[in-house]
Amino acid sequence: MSTPTEQTARAHAVTDGHLAALEEEAVFILREVVATFERPAILFSAGKDSCVVRHLALKAFKRRRADGGFEGRLPLPLLHVDTGHNFPEVIAFRDELVAASGDRLVVAHLEDSMARGTVRLSHPLESRNAHQSVTLLEAIEEHRFDALIGGARRDEEKARAKERIFSHRDGFGQWQPKEQRPELWTLFNTRHRPGEHFRVFPISNWTELDVWQYIARERIELPALYYRHEREVVRRRGLLVPVTAVTPPAAGEQVERLPVRFRTVGDMTCTCPVDSQAADAADVVTETLSVTLSERGATRMDDRANDAAMERRKKEGYF
Amino acid sequence: MNALATPEHAAVSAPVQAALRFLTAGSVDDGKSTLIGRLLLDSRAILADQLDQLHARAAASGEAAPDLSLLTDGLEAEREQGITIDVAWRYFATPARKFVIADAPGHEQYTRNMVTAAAGSDAVVVLVDITKLDLTQPEPVLLPQTRRHALLAQLLRVDHLVFAVNKIDAVADAGQAFGRVAAALRRFAAEAALPLAGIVPVSALRGDNVAQRSPAPWYDGPSLLELLEALPNAREPHQAPLALPVQYVARQGDGVGEQPRVLWGRVARGEVAVGDRVQVFPSGETATVQALLGLDGEVASAAAGHSAGVVLDRMIDVSRGDWLLAEASVPPARVLRATLAWLDTEPAQPGRKYLLRHGHRWVQARLRSVQHRLDIHTLAHEAADGLRVNDIGEVEFELQQPLPLLPYAHSRVGGALIVVDPASHRTSGALLVREALAEASA
Repeated sequence: MSTPTEQTARAHAVTDGHLAALEEEAVFILREVVATFERPAILFSAGKDSCVVRHLALKAFKRRRADGGFEGRLPLPLLHVDTGHNFPEVIAFRDELVAASGDRLVVAHLEDSMARGTVRLSHPLESRNAHQSVTLLEAIEEHRFDALIGGARRDEEKARAKERIFSHRDGFGQWQPKEQRPELWTLFNTRHRPGEHFRVFPISNWTELDVWQYIARERIELPALYYRHEREVVRRRGLLVPVTAVTPPAAGEQVERLPVRFRTVGDMTCTCPVDSQAADAADVVTETLSVTLSERGATRMDDRANDAAMERRKKEGYF
Repeated sequence: MNALATPEHAAVSAPVQAALRFLTAGSVDDGKSTLIGRLLLDSRAILADQLDQLHARAAASGEAAPDLSLLTDGLEAEREQGITIDVAWRYFATPARKFVIADAPGHEQYTRNMVTAAAGSDAVVVLVDITKLDLTQPEPVLLPQTRRHALLAQLLRVDHLVFAVNKIDAVADAGQAFGRVAAALRRFAAEAALPLAGIVPVSALRGDNVAQRSPAPWYDGPSLLELLEALPNAREPHQAPLALPVQYVARQGDGVGEQPRVLWGRVARGEVAVGDRVQVFPSGETATVQALLGLDGEVASAAAGHSAGVVLDRMIDVSRGDWLLAEASVPPARVLRATLAWLDTEPAQPGRKYLLRHGHRWVQARLRSVQHRLDIHTLAHEAADGLRVNDIGEVEFELQQPLPLLPYAHSRVGGALIVVDPASHRTSGALLVREALAEASA
């Protein structure tokens, strides 16, 4: 064992074999998808995990210029399932990023599914998060996507700890936990029938800390919500709930203006910020090292209800 | 000595080494889930809300203390049945190292799960429940599952094996008991030539010697976590002729033909460098490496385990699934003799055609024969005419197209294949090449 001084020296070493190994693994998986599927797409919400996946795709498929930029086009489109309840600044960030890169973005609107009658809300302000699966499966059918690359990680939630990197979905888009294919070495079994598809998770083996260290190392741009900003919130059941057009304060709740940041960015109705002073990715890394709540526990109202919530949603075709 | 991540030792940059991937092998009741729960808890990978859920469930079921094993049984379906049905991956870190645990449950689907978990692991921790052994013997007889777990890991070429002798808190004379069990384990390891990295007495329940050392007059070795921290990652041979399976053929830039064609692939063994002469398998054509690309621009060379983009000096036909090899280094094989771990509930049928995947190529193949089945406890041969789920046997396949096969003992990439059922598309088997032949022998 090393002494504390040696440990500190190692901790500050600039070389980072760990991140390099994760990056290589992810790029290998991305190339495997593009080489073996006819109509793949990257699920892209402009959230931090999908920004990391997109960056890995740039590294896998584009040519690096001397100034650090990328040349060329991605050989697959980005797909965003828009609930219509996204933070407007995230949508603006998404559109600027895509316009500057010249890559293709497909947006599937949950509101179109509502208009078609395939999504029915029980009340107008119901969280739309759980309904995204319907719109996603409709987009898969419309565009005949056969592989969707997502930024899910196994450390996020217990039901994801058993997820494959190449996860087979049946003709109804359903995940069958007992029918998963054993995944041996990197000999991925991508065989499927027409109408079936795969979800592929190139950053399966990353933790939240790895993601932030990589964002810092690669200087990946994220929506500003991920860093400290002032926002109106109310305190509800131990969470800070943002005050927005679709999440107004309840009667008797006191609105406060606090320095916060988001650890995850999703549908406005179910994503909560945390109290934070972190102004950039390096600050977030430091903060992540001392957190006491898991990412989903701190920020997701919908997962809190039941620790089997994620498993149920996955079976229904959720990301 | 504290091996845990504390805020004052917080690593702002990532560890310099790749994560150690290890699997834990144990049977029902030997404390494996508790051990993993303990590793996660003591390395602070378990956060407050997850602990709260655990306490809430303990309270609901009238238990005094939270059951650490609940941290690892992820699926609702499993909790209802009280068993784990699949391999689960867990993550934790110390300031020096990141870890990935492949948690393979130990019931009837055992071999299938363990083969899956072992295929990507650098190390294996085999749990030995000391309370199940006859400690009156100077060298207690080991349980069959201990032998099975260790031999399976060895078969899959997991590089480092650690025995964690658990429930040491539950035996009367811990020092004498551990000494006797360690002697038996050492003898077994020597006889079977296992890659033994250490034997650690632990109490997963109390945390003794799991993350932190628990001083005892009869044990002054490292804790389990300290031992794991120091293990090197599995490596493929660098000092060997080049073998690189072509994964993806890309043209850089938008305009076809404007930019050189790049052959991306991960080096399976040896090294590729600018100026090297390579031979394409199966065409046999040769060319010279003009340039090599990494993730951040051009590189001079790439070693086994790393991906590189190869630009050749002349335009020859190369597709995904082909290999770039050192000249005349691997002869084409049409027949392979291999160890087959069968993972499918549909038995392996001699005479039937299957799909095999090797490197980035799919080939059709006929299962010519099952020579014998291995007794999973001893690896002794027994007669068999087929293989059922969780069986392991020695088989012969005839290939529809030649492949550049290497023995699995020398190259994981060159010697590993998966068997896929062409009707169900299920991954039915894992093949480890022992011998590659140019032609059918009989």
